[in-house]
Formats: sequence, C-alpha cells, structure tokens
Amino acid sequence: MDLAADFENNPNQKLLRGKVVATLFFEPSTRTRLSFETAINRLGGRIIGFSDSSSSSVSKGETLHDTIRMVSNYADLIVMRHPLEGSARYASQVASVPVINAGDGANQHPSQTLLDMYSIIKTQGRLDNINIFMVGDLKYGRTVHSLLQALSEFKNPIFNFIAPPKLAMPMEYKRFLDQKGIKYFEHTEITDIISEADIIYMTRVQKERFSDPMEYEKVKNVYILRNKMLTNTKPTMKILHPLPRVNEIHTDVDNNPHAYYFTQAKNGVFTRQAIISHIMGLK
Amino acid sequence: MDSLQVSAIKDGTVIDHIPASRLFDVMSILNLHSCQEMITFGTNLDSKLLGKKGIIKVANRFFLDNEIDKIALIAPNAKLNIIKNYEVVEKRLVEIPDTIVSVAKCFNPKCITNHETIPTKFMVVSKKPIELKCMFCEKITTEDEVVIKNDRDE
Repeated sequence: MDLAADFENNPNQKLLRGKVVATLFFEPSTRTRLSFETAINRLGGRIIGFSDSSSSSVSKGETLHDTIRMVSNYADLIVMRHPLEGSARYASQVASVPVINAGDGANQHPSQTLLDMYSIIKTQGRLDNINIFMVGDLKYGRTVHSLLQALSEFKNPIFNFIAPPKLAMPMEYKRFLDQKGIKYFEHTEITDIISEADIIYMTRVQKERFSDPMEYEKVKNVYILRNKMLTNTKPTMKILHPLPRVNEIHTDVDNNPHAYYFTQAKNGVFTRQAIISHIMGLK
Repeated sequence: MDSLQVSAIKDGTVIDHIPASRLFDVMSILNLHSCQEMITFGTNLDSKLLGKKGIIKVANRFFLDNEIDKIALIAPNAKLNIIKNYEVVEKRLVEIPDTIVSVAKCFNPKCITNHETIPTKFMVVSKKPIELKCMFCEKITTEDEVVIKNDRDE
C-alpha cells in the first residue's frame, strides 16, 4: 500500500529499464491488460505478449506448460490471464521467472483485490472496522470473493451482501466468515440500510448466469444504484466497482462525490507498479 | 465366512471392508494391475458395516503407510491384515493423510489439472466428511465427488 502511494506521487520511475515483461492474455481483458501495460511502461520496461489466445500458438494446440516454459526464456517477468482456474499457480511452478496472476477463471484476481484495498485505505484512512456492502452477482464474482478474504485479515469488518437468492454469496465464503467470527448480513434489495456503509462495492448481474431469461428480467433492475438512494449515506462513503459497468450504477451517480470507480481504476496502475517492483525486488 | 469365499494366502496383505463399489478404484490406487504377485479379490460380499463389501488379498506385498493411506479417501473403513505364515501378525486401519497427491481428480471442470498433464494435489480440510481443497483452483471436492485418477489421465 505504501509502495502504491509512492508510485501515485511519482509514477514515472524507470526501475524496469532493460527488462522485458511478457503479458500473456489467454482471454481478452481491456482494463487489466491496459493497466498492467501502463504500469510496465511507466516503469520503463519493454512489453512482449498477446491479448488473445487466438493470436498465439495456443490456437495450434500448445499446452500452457510449453507456452510458459518458452516465454520464460524470453522475459524477466510474466503477467498472465487465463480462463482456467489454478492456471497461474501452475504457471508459477513451471516458469523460471516470476508470474503475476492477472485473473484465473472464476478463481482469483489478486491485483484487483490489492487495488480495491488501496482504494479503501485511501478513501477511509484505514482497513480495520470497514462496513462494506457487496451488491449484485456475489456467486460468480471473483472480485468480491477475493476482497472478502483480504478484508477478513483486518479488525472487525462487517459484510452486508445484497444479491438475488440465485446469485447469493456461496456457502463456502459464509462458512469462512463464521469460522473467523466475522459478522455478515444478507439482503435481497438495496434499502436504506446502505446508510451504514463505508464502502458500497457494486458488481454486474450478468444475464448469462441465468438459465431462465425470465429470472434475469425479474432481478436486473433491482440492483441499480441511483443518485436518489444516496441521500442518507455517510459523507465518507465511497462506491467502488471493478468495471466494466453495464447499468447497475446509473450514470446520474457518476458526478456524485461518493462515486469512486473511475479513480479506483486509476489506482490500479499504481498498485500494479507496486506489485511488479515488489516481486522483481526493485523497491 | 470371507476366508472360505476367497482363498487364504501364506504371506502378504488382506485389505478388508472396502465398499463394493470402490473395489476397482482401490486396486487402481495401489497399482495392482501391474503387480506380478498373486492377487485374489472378492466383491459384493455381505457386510454388517457396509451392506456389500469388497476384499483384496495380495501375496508377498506389504504396503507402506503413505501408499495405503491413499485408499482412505474412498474406503475410510478399510482394515488391513498383515499375514505371515498364514497368521495375522498385525491389523491396521487406514488414515487419511493431510495432503493427497496424484490420486484424485479435481471436481471442478475448469481446473487446470483437468486440462493439462499435472499431478493433482489436495489439502485435506475435513476428514469426516472428507473435503479436499485443490491446491491449484482452491475449489472443494467432497466425499461423494471424489473420482480416482487413472494412469491414463496422466
């Protein structure tokens, strides 16, 4: 967190001069890839890689094992996103250079979590005693799962989950909180209760998660955050969203001082500069 | 009496109280298909504990703890009788180890271990009921979902 703050104050530090970083995106991602590549450029590194597996030898049937072994010979660091879960951990066992997980299927997205944590500490001045409301797709959303685990490492978090029953927080995470004695509450609608929030963490309710389109139609408008809902919230409350947004945060919220999601995305660059320089032992 | 249904061995190991449906999985885990010693097995034998059980007798083989404990995943009630000169000289129960390597498949179809040739690795997060946490995708495979890896999967 301190390193990220250091990069925010002074983004252009050429610590990666002379180094080559491979960004291997086996599935498309706009924000994460651009954010990592911006971070690498600001650190003075050179980039090789691909933004879609169709433009790599994966399309010829090459295994992840072989791709990673080969790229290890070329680059000093690998940043990878892959649709299969556990792929980054496996790659780190195969590679001779460090591997950063930029998202492995529905499993983890650790750099997103660190930038979420940086955004929380920046806006709240603390990571202890955070009352966070997570809204939307809490079943499949890996960002909320990772953030839940990370915040659980700090004192007295309170979690409020707002989701349709079909997309509720999975039992394994609720059991995890129970085991740690951490309080959580479940709701199915956004109500006045959000006045207690320090952070509202919005996620997309994705149509493709519903086998019955009628089910989606029933809930798609229940989880839209609008300006008029924010009148009684704490002055310091901030709204986060991993983006991309569809309609779950109405555009009338964008100019509200509580809206923080675009700055949050900007924080992603500083956080990723911090991750890279830490892993490479540069700072 | 089981001993009448499956012939006795002079030296070796008898693995008893295997659920009948898991007999061939146990043989697979112990690589008995490549064993050159005499092996006899019986299945669908009446059992007060299991309803129907299987039993395996392997001549001249004595298993190491870490070999035999792998079968605890699918046959937690299994009992071993170590036989020397037709006498039972030792009885052992199986115990689930803390980590399971290269035995079971991950239940998650999107786990990397189901797509590349990788030895699976699980941390045992609960022994009763059995719950295995994949060290790659971090998903939990429960007792009912445990599928044994074949050599052909490697």
